[in-house]
Amino acid sequence: MKSVANPQSGGIRRTAGAFLQKQGALVALILLVIFASIRYDAFLTSVNILNILKQNSMIGMVAIGMTFVILMRGIDLSVGSLLALGGILAAMLSPYGLAAALIVPVAVTALLGGVNGLIIAKMKIEPFIVTLAMMIGVRGVVYAVTKEKTRTIDDSLTDFFVTMGNGTFIGIPVPVWIFLIILAAAAFVLRFTRFGRNVYAIGGNEDATHLMGIRVDRMKIAVYTLSGALSGFTGIVLAGRLGGAAQPVAGDMWELDAIAAVVIGGTLLVGGRGNVVGTFIGVMLLGIILNIINLQGTLDSWWQPVIRGTFLLLIVIVQAQLIKRKQEQRRI
Amino acid sequence: MTDTNPSHQAISPSDRRALAAGELAKRFALPLVIVALVILNAAVTNNFLSTNTMWNILLHVSTTTLVAIGMTLVIATGGIDLSVGAVMALSAVFCTFLLDYPVVVILAGTMLFCALFGLLNGVVISYIGVQPIIATLALMIAGRGIAQVITDGYLVTFTHPAFEALGKGKWWSIPVPVIVMFIVAILVYIVVRYMTFGRYVEAVGDNEQAANLAGINVRKIKLAVYVLSAVFASLAGMIETARLAAADATRIGELIEMDAIAAVVVGGTLMSGGKPRIWGTVLGAILMGLITATFNMNNIPYSYSLVIKAFIIVAAIYLQRENR
Repeated sequence: MKSVANPQSGGIRRTAGAFLQKQGALVALILLVIFASIRYDAFLTSVNILNILKQNSMIGMVAIGMTFVILMRGIDLSVGSLLALGGILAAMLSPYGLAAALIVPVAVTALLGGVNGLIIAKMKIEPFIVTLAMMIGVRGVVYAVTKEKTRTIDDSLTDFFVTMGNGTFIGIPVPVWIFLIILAAAAFVLRFTRFGRNVYAIGGNEDATHLMGIRVDRMKIAVYTLSGALSGFTGIVLAGRLGGAAQPVAGDMWELDAIAAVVIGGTLLVGGRGNVVGTFIGVMLLGIILNIINLQGTLDSWWQPVIRGTFLLLIVIVQAQLIKRKQEQRRI
Repeated sequence: MTDTNPSHQAISPSDRRALAAGELAKRFALPLVIVALVILNAAVTNNFLSTNTMWNILLHVSTTTLVAIGMTLVIATGGIDLSVGAVMALSAVFCTFLLDYPVVVILAGTMLFCALFGLLNGVVISYIGVQPIIATLALMIAGRGIAQVITDGYLVTFTHPAFEALGKGKWWSIPVPVIVMFIVAILVYIVVRYMTFGRYVEAVGDNEQAANLAGINVRKIKLAVYVLSAVFASLAGMIETARLAAADATRIGELIEMDAIAAVVVGGTLMSGGKPRIWGTVLGAILMGLITATFNMNNIPYSYSLVIKAFIIVAAIYLQRENR
């Protein structure tokens, strides 16, 4: 009996460990929500919850693109700059009609994302450096084009864009709808399509995937294009949320927030494991921490980065421990 | 170094000469670009060819270079340190607490304090096994926050002539920060080139497992580079604080991690780890500073220099690609 019982208990512990690694962020999110609902009356109200969702929907969209990139063992530092470019282009093209203001910015940022992917795949330069250069260069272009001043969306289209960034539909803010639809689509693509499986395969083992006949280069270009397009689109929504004002400094440092959200959500930086639902949880966790600090009201706003950073560090330390334990088990 | 690789020796003499020329071009590309830019400026820019201008350009890049030297060691082990700007903010705030003591105490105390944060990075990365980018990102977010909490977001001004000399002083006509920059560069170069520590750093960056099997204490080496990176960042933070005679937790060292990384990769150290090229980094930082100065002195908006820098980063990496 003993010999049977031992592996079983070990099995339970192992399952618990695997669950924590996969769902650790979810557990943390639930605990944080319980804590906040007990401590603050204003927390669990629909107004507050919708506000949290709305405030974090933009970073969420960027983080979805980042999830694809990180799943493929890449990284995209250019998302913040591309976001700014998307908003600025939408504002500049708004006099020429809705189609131009919506499609061209997304097309341009998608193209620039594609350039990232092309250089990474064909020239074999590290994603970190390529997208760092794109981040610096595109920010420079945005500053140069706008002369570092805010551009506003043409009056004829202000209503449309403001609705997109600030309006509500069936009681839920439009940007939240947009975010959730993109999230659902991304989750579907990752789980049920060949494209999604290829993303995981390349992140798991690029050489093997290449030998299996999957066009790794094309996949890389596609994923960075996707990240660029999502960033540009987010820039348009953000400009709408700010009443039609596209700012050249928009999205500054968002790349780091997005990476943090993706990692907290359990997607491994070494690629191949994770998903966008985790990213959603990661975004919400960071958002709720901010919300709690606001509800508390007595904490200086300077505490916010301290708590966020510490929280990020704790989560990744726990993750690293769980991964290490798993590797040791595999070795035995 | 003598070439003992048989496949190289089979190459005909003329090919060999071409190879050597390519190697030379690669090695001296960076200094050549800098010289070309100086000549261009001498022709185009007013008042460029004065010693004052030269020292000013070096003064502007001195703190970035200091940070980039530490970053070179980190990148050579295959890591990255995003927290340098936050460490500069912490150093700026902490050194204002020590102003009642002699300058030596201020310098040593602040560097020791910041070394603790480097130690934290190192422990989390090499002993717990968290990826460098995410571990240092956490400190990047939290560190500046801590500095802002301490100062409540305000500028802390002070008067302390002896300490301020670290940032404002001149020795003959050379600004003190430039002297500090070159002393640090020379010291680190000697350590990297002639001491086992440098070999170990390179070995860890080339192949961590092989280094481990060869009996190198990989964890200790990685720990050491993050501590050094934090110490150099704290020195840079104190220099900027002394120059302003004020600790600005919000603005000091903002985005310096990106500038430093750019200088390192332009200088020829591989992002995947390997040989740390200290002088490459120094020249890389000087090149970036020279570009900024060229644009500033000709009244071209700063934004255009960002675009040029982006191209230079990609071009530099592309040219060095075959070095692997």
